[in-house]
Amino acid sequence: MGAPLIEGRGLHKWYSGVHALKNVDFRVDKGEVVGLVGDNGAGKTTLIKILSGVHPPDGGDVYVEGQRVDIRTPKEAMRLGIETIYQTNSMVPTMSIARNLFIGREPLTASLLGFGFMDQARMRRESVNAIADVDLHLRSPDALVGELSGGQRQGVAIARAMHFKSKLLILDEPTNHLSVKETNKVIGFIKALKSQAVTGIFISHNMYHVFQSCDRVVAMARGEIVYDRPIGETSIEEVQEFL
Amino acid sequence: MRRLFKIYLDKPELAGVVLLIALTIVFEFTSKGVFLSYENMRGVRGLLPEMGLVAMGVTILMIAGEFDISVGSVFAMAPMVMAIALVAGISFAFAVLFGLAAAAGVGIVNGIVTLRFAIPSFITTLGMLFVARSITVVISGGFPPVLPLDIPAYVFTHFVGLIRLSMFWFAGIAVALAALLSLTNFGNWIKATGGQIDAAAALGVPTGAVKMICFALCAVLAGFAGIIQVLRLGSPLPSLGEGLELQAVAAAVIGGTSLYGGVGTVLGAIVGALLIRVIDNGLVLSHVDANWFKFAIGALLILAVVGNSWLRRTSRRIKLET
Repeated sequence: MGAPLIEGRGLHKWYSGVHALKNVDFRVDKGEVVGLVGDNGAGKTTLIKILSGVHPPDGGDVYVEGQRVDIRTPKEAMRLGIETIYQTNSMVPTMSIARNLFIGREPLTASLLGFGFMDQARMRRESVNAIADVDLHLRSPDALVGELSGGQRQGVAIARAMHFKSKLLILDEPTNHLSVKETNKVIGFIKALKSQAVTGIFISHNMYHVFQSCDRVVAMARGEIVYDRPIGETSIEEVQEFL
Repeated sequence: MRRLFKIYLDKPELAGVVLLIALTIVFEFTSKGVFLSYENMRGVRGLLPEMGLVAMGVTILMIAGEFDISVGSVFAMAPMVMAIALVAGISFAFAVLFGLAAAAGVGIVNGIVTLRFAIPSFITTLGMLFVARSITVVISGGFPPVLPLDIPAYVFTHFVGLIRLSMFWFAGIAVALAALLSLTNFGNWIKATGGQIDAAAALGVPTGAVKMICFALCAVLAGFAGIIQVLRLGSPLPSLGEGLELQAVAAAVIGGTSLYGGVGTVLGAIVGALLIRVIDNGLVLSHVDANWFKFAIGALLILAVVGNSWLRRTSRRIKLET
């Protein structure tokens, strides 16, 4: 099976005296979608923040495809192909879809020291294609993201990750604050990841959503991983006993 | 038709343009034809670059999600530094650069304090409003220095036909800033930083650096505007620009800039500044008691904020084909 796509070994993290992550070993194999469950404060978000470069770990190492890496910034994580989608604020509501898709990675027609003019025609064209690729149908790349529904926004965020050929997509409670219909749409996007050979980590409170869309479930409690088993070999009741 | 209406609603600066045209017609009428006269327009246009430059800087900083209310003090400080440098025998170009560097320094301090200690920029720059004003008075020594007569101030003050050269500087800077905001990747970062800072940071935008540059840019534009005014008037008074900070914020907001960041245009800032100038001038020409000026600006400001949020809500309700 080769080296896992991403692996954390012996990860520790303290937040002002609180031991938020205690010697955690965590790995995700290529093409796998892992559901990460647990209560608030269990350490899910802390683990994700380390993998996505928001916070450095206080101890332990991270490996991407077998190589030890130092992920210091979100930009560094993105360069390694790790893209994170947060519950609500992964988009800028006051900007158009086309502009949102390329924030921080704008294609330039001419540039000097990294600054330059954006290729807006290309941004519009590619965002139309990227959105169609995740089977989302929107009227125009110029529409403001603030005018989209919550589910559509998450769809655009996923389209963005796919467009930049991310190897690992981390979804941090993407269905929070969404209606049932919108939630189902997002679950549909996650299921579709598998068919496109994208590896994913899906963080959720909702066990049913995880069991619908993931290959493996990992449960955390009090800063430690307390349960780790393929979906086919377990049940919701069994996982819940560990939380 | 609905599409056109929606485009109009999405651009609050267009509502400003409509108001501007309406007011121009009203004032032309009430001033009995003096308002649009050659001489009066010349006066309005002379003041516009100074006010407009400050408003553009404040607008860009507000788009990035921060405020600067120290611009009025910087407006006085930069030309004072320039004047002292000139009196000390430094060449005109370098004296102007010193003035702008002093302004940039104030902006950078504003940025460092705001970002390093994570406090509201409103408070930082309120403090800086007093600090910079005090420095200006102290370095003036109580008596404003007299500008040497042989400096080439004409690069800003000379008239080409109807138009003062400062207008060309203003127009050039406005075009450059509008291009920066809407055509470059840096403009995209400014809007993302102010619109949703967590998303921008997560996507690798250096949000701290973006804000720092906007703080510095805002202060430099305010300083430059002050320098232009002093060269026009001939003397750097330490009290210059008092109250200008609030007019600049008012101009930005009247032009459709959001108080929450992420939304605004350079055109809006200019329209806002122009509206304030037109109201000021128009009321005087219409023989209205000049004390009503602040009332009119205040009422317009409140009306603009209420109106803009109404426009946005209405626009959102108009769904074109999905």
